[in-house]
Amino acid sequence: MDERNESTTGSRAPVIEPGHTFATVTDKISSIVLTRPTSSGWFVGFGIAFLLTMMMLYAIGFLFVRGIGIWGVTIPIGWGFAIVNFVWWIGIGHAGTLISAILLLLRQSWRNSINRFAEAMTLFAVSAAGIFPLIHVGRPWLAYWLFPYPNSMGVWPQFRSPLIWDVFAVSTYATISLLFWFVGLIPDLATLRDRSTNRAAKIIYGMLAMGWRGSARHWDRYETMYLLLAGLATPLVLSVHTVVSFDFAVGIVPGWHTTIFPPYFVAGAIYSGFAMVLMLAIPIRKIYGLEDFITERHLQNSAKVMLATGLIVAYGYVIEAFMGWYSGNRYDAFTMWNRLHGPYKWDYVALLLCNIVIPQVLWIKKLRSNPLALFLISGVVLVGMWLERFIIVVVSLHRDFLTSSWGMYYPTRWDWMTFIGTIGMFLAAMFLFVRVLPMISIFEMRTLLPEAEVKE
Amino acid sequence: MKRTPVYGMMAEFDSPTTLVAAAHRTQEAGYQKMDAYSPFPIEGLAEAVGFHKNRVPLVTLIGGLIGGLSGYLLQYWISTSSYPVNVGGKPYHSWPAFIIVTFEMTILFGGISAVLGMLALNGLPMPYHPVFNVPRFAFATKDRFFLIVFASDPKYIPAETRRFLESLGGRAISEVPD
Repeated sequence: MDERNESTTGSRAPVIEPGHTFATVTDKISSIVLTRPTSSGWFVGFGIAFLLTMMMLYAIGFLFVRGIGIWGVTIPIGWGFAIVNFVWWIGIGHAGTLISAILLLLRQSWRNSINRFAEAMTLFAVSAAGIFPLIHVGRPWLAYWLFPYPNSMGVWPQFRSPLIWDVFAVSTYATISLLFWFVGLIPDLATLRDRSTNRAAKIIYGMLAMGWRGSARHWDRYETMYLLLAGLATPLVLSVHTVVSFDFAVGIVPGWHTTIFPPYFVAGAIYSGFAMVLMLAIPIRKIYGLEDFITERHLQNSAKVMLATGLIVAYGYVIEAFMGWYSGNRYDAFTMWNRLHGPYKWDYVALLLCNIVIPQVLWIKKLRSNPLALFLISGVVLVGMWLERFIIVVVSLHRDFLTSSWGMYYPTRWDWMTFIGTIGMFLAAMFLFVRVLPMISIFEMRTLLPEAEVKE
Repeated sequence: MKRTPVYGMMAEFDSPTTLVAAAHRTQEAGYQKMDAYSPFPIEGLAEAVGFHKNRVPLVTLIGGLIGGLSGYLLQYWISTSSYPVNVGGKPYHSWPAFIIVTFEMTILFGGISAVLGMLALNGLPMPYHPVFNVPRFAFATKDRFFLIVFASDPKYIPAETRRFLESLGGRAISEVPD
């Protein structure tokens, strides 16, 4: 916990601006939920996101009526937007647990002011991701067949299939992320219970806080639990995208069947996750005046994580190209050639630009500390990571071993409506979250203050 | 008039340092049954109020083991006896393929046990608790620190305990009705 003593005049920006006390931290964060009037901007933003959510429900409703024929998927490209979007959203959902669990174990206390909303973001991203495999199975009303349960048909899932591993990995990840987020909220819900003057709010926060009273015994067990959960979530977060990459890597399609996939998928997930964290944190800190808590330091650090993981992703691209040549496998070599010269070459060029070339400007400190520039670069990275999944899924499938099974993929408006609709759903959930729950962990912010230290 | 039962004597402190020092001195004075309340976790406070048996790790370990074992055994039983399917001539008990689900089940059950274990050992959810009867206790979730000596403590004598807490620098000392 050296962060507290670190001089504010040092070379690095502070994690929390000086001059705050337990009371001001509490009031500042809880007042956003309890006393700040809901602005018209919030209603407009939420309204747009809500309409997009309705559009998604309409597209899904129509899908249930007509079947997946309304989508662009067809043989040879049986995995279209649904899988691209699933992998993209799951990847974005990695930043929350990474920030909460891994940075906790590494004692990076700067995480305390961004972990809460990063965890919320993770939950909503995983919810958005979870929609796709369910609606993609063709008969979504039978999606529960994915789980092993005793049934009168006497059949069980195939446990040697990466797709069933994925069911376990993603559902475990969703459950553990929810638990992590909720237990992190309990002490803050107690704060809201004690601070709110509205009776209904008092009762709701009170029920959710479950009677938390901050007893020393409770805190002791709580901290142990939190650390254990972080320890369990750390390998989990790395395993989830590894397992997602197995969906591809265990298959024999050229462009999928490589051993670099697990680490490169995990790095890509963290890359896009931090991009989403920045895209949300930058407007939120501005709108709610939270520059004291989400300081330049947080933006800088997130940008550095993006830079590092982006370089790992670049390494993955290089190895893919190298193995295309070095393996001596003509199909692998053709996959590489096809990416550069085939019908989707502009997607590949855009991918290289968005994921590798443009983010290199993050080496420049001046740009790293410019919120607007960071916001734009994060947007570029998110587009790039979406393109990466498009290249992996569609471009690999559209040219496989036999020319007779070559084809093209044309997404329909239903594909686009579902995809854009999930972005709306994600944003609508974020809007509700910042309105009704403390978006920064209040009790963990208190521990960062100098006065929280016990002096001998 | 019916005498109201008493839960304990509560004192308020304004910093984590004074709270930890007060808890230590209360223990040194021979009190055994007490607790402290703070708006954030304070290192060493649990020991200072005499709490040593934290069973959350044990619960988590047992939960994780149950999850991992049941995950593996489920796959073993399904693949070898309930629904054996020959996949490319691989053995029915192809254990490397079962590792991932075993791992995920370990994490899932371990994580759920950690959270539910923490809540159960803490006795939560508990909507009513006597300490909430103290009006100023609402600040225990903001910026105030509280120490309570339970009435069940053999050394508890209202007037004396009150004087003792005052001598520690505790403020707003009040008897907490049960």
